[in-house]
Amino acid sequence: MNKEKIILVIDQMAVAMEKQKEFLTELDNVIGDGDHGINMARGFSEVIKKRDSLAKMDAGDMIKNLGMILVSTVGGASGPLYGTAFMKAGMFLKEKEEVTFPDFLEAFACAIDGVMARGKAAEGEKTMLDAMLPAKRAIEQEWTISGEGKKSMEAGLTAARKGIEYTKTIIATKGRAAYLGERSIGHQDPGATSFVFLLEAIASQM
Amino acid sequence: MKKFMNDVDQAENEMILGLVKAFPKDLRKLDCGNVVVRRNKKENKVALISGGGSGHEPAHAGYVGTGMLDAAVAGAVFTSPTPDQIYEGIKEIANDAGVLMVIKNYTGDVMNFEMAAEMADADGILVKQVIVNDDVAVKDSLYTVGRRGVAGTVFVHKIAGAAAERGDDLNQVQETANKVIANVRTMGAAIRPCTVPAAGKPGFELAEDEMEVGIGIHGEPGTHREKIKTANDIVDLLLDKILADIDYDGSEVAVMVNGSGATPLMELFIINNRVSDVLKEKGISVYKTYVGEYMTSIEMEGFSVSLLKLDAQLKSLLDEKADTPAWKA
Repeated sequence: MNKEKIILVIDQMAVAMEKQKEFLTELDNVIGDGDHGINMARGFSEVIKKRDSLAKMDAGDMIKNLGMILVSTVGGASGPLYGTAFMKAGMFLKEKEEVTFPDFLEAFACAIDGVMARGKAAEGEKTMLDAMLPAKRAIEQEWTISGEGKKSMEAGLTAARKGIEYTKTIIATKGRAAYLGERSIGHQDPGATSFVFLLEAIASQM
Repeated sequence: MKKFMNDVDQAENEMILGLVKAFPKDLRKLDCGNVVVRRNKKENKVALISGGGSGHEPAHAGYVGTGMLDAAVAGAVFTSPTPDQIYEGIKEIANDAGVLMVIKNYTGDVMNFEMAAEMADADGILVKQVIVNDDVAVKDSLYTVGRRGVAGTVFVHKIAGAAAERGDDLNQVQETANKVIANVRTMGAAIRPCTVPAAGKPGFELAEDEMEVGIGIHGEPGTHREKIKTANDIVDLLLDKILADIDYDGSEVAVMVNGSGATPLMELFIINNRVSDVLKEKGISVYKTYVGEYMTSIEMEGFSVSLLKLDAQLKSLLDEKADTPAWKA
């Protein structure tokens, strides 16, 4: 994936966040504090305002700066979490002009490590990690078998969507949804859901 | 949605500007964002900073001033402020005595403040933190993020602020703040929701005869919903949980009956009438009572009751003079 493609991914992410703003906010209303969609849309609209300067950077700086913009504009819990994810991925991709599929896999792994460290969270706690980790495993597995990027991303998306379904069945122990205890069962996690929209944006340009 | 606003995207900014214009001698807003700092800064004392989402007015900017906070950072409504904003606040008030961050226990707030502290630490600024978790409505266990920080936070501002003002060092101020946290418990209930301006509609719905018990300060669900009861019965319900949580037997307490934004003072006093009677009956003596709006949830119709168990040290710090827009005495 070259820089032009990465900018298109960013555009897609911004479009998706704007389009899903109300849906994500509705999900968050039920088990959180009802601002996830609003915050993500605000963050990505700031990213788009800085699109021209991002386009001039190398791939690593572009993604790292995207993360820094999210950290300083999204707020809440998703700002530091997604911000850290993009910053860690960008740091791994330092000085690269082009991102190969193996690069992407490594950067994705760094992003997830960043989220786990920042959120002090693990799989099974009804968070974005419940979509991220299955996606990572599925992408890696398919890549090992077929070596096809597009197919690997599809496998990842399928696993991530299953992850969303899984979040409906478990009790939240992290984030504001944790205060609901058993009442959080039956509802899907907004963070896991927004992650799938972002992953779709990446897959769309592969 | 019907609100006295111009542009929902400017609500937080215009609110902070209006607050600072109301107290021009006492408060100053930083150019970089919605960070309010104290004008008559006292040198060489531990500096206190707090913050959180907007919509909780007068928290937190209303507590900036003598004997309480040195800076407050306001995020978007019900959304934690971002690390860069908190960092600007820390830099503005930092001195050799160090900085104490008072954080309410929400995942987002804790992460954003910690990121800001990492940035300040890289500058060589001495920063410590306390995390307030006074809400007994939600379970505190090893497996969750723990309890929420709600109205009891204002007692932390007051008492830790007094300790800093009289010259205690950073470790002592942190210890005192943690002592308040260990001794304050809160629980609330609501009968009507609030509307986040950017969302345009209420965050939850309640039937005309329903109430949410144990509600959080962002309108998050509490322990359960049930049919509304009399004020006395609701107070009994909340006090039962609070009093079961720590041993208040024979102690002296400070009481805070806090309105959520749209609860008339008349009703808050009706509530306090019961709180006071129940405590008397249980042999708990009330040292001081605060009735009013201290930590609101925009226009939610609800209230919370906080009980702070006092000892001689906490009493003397509570009695120290404070002069801020929202707390004078």
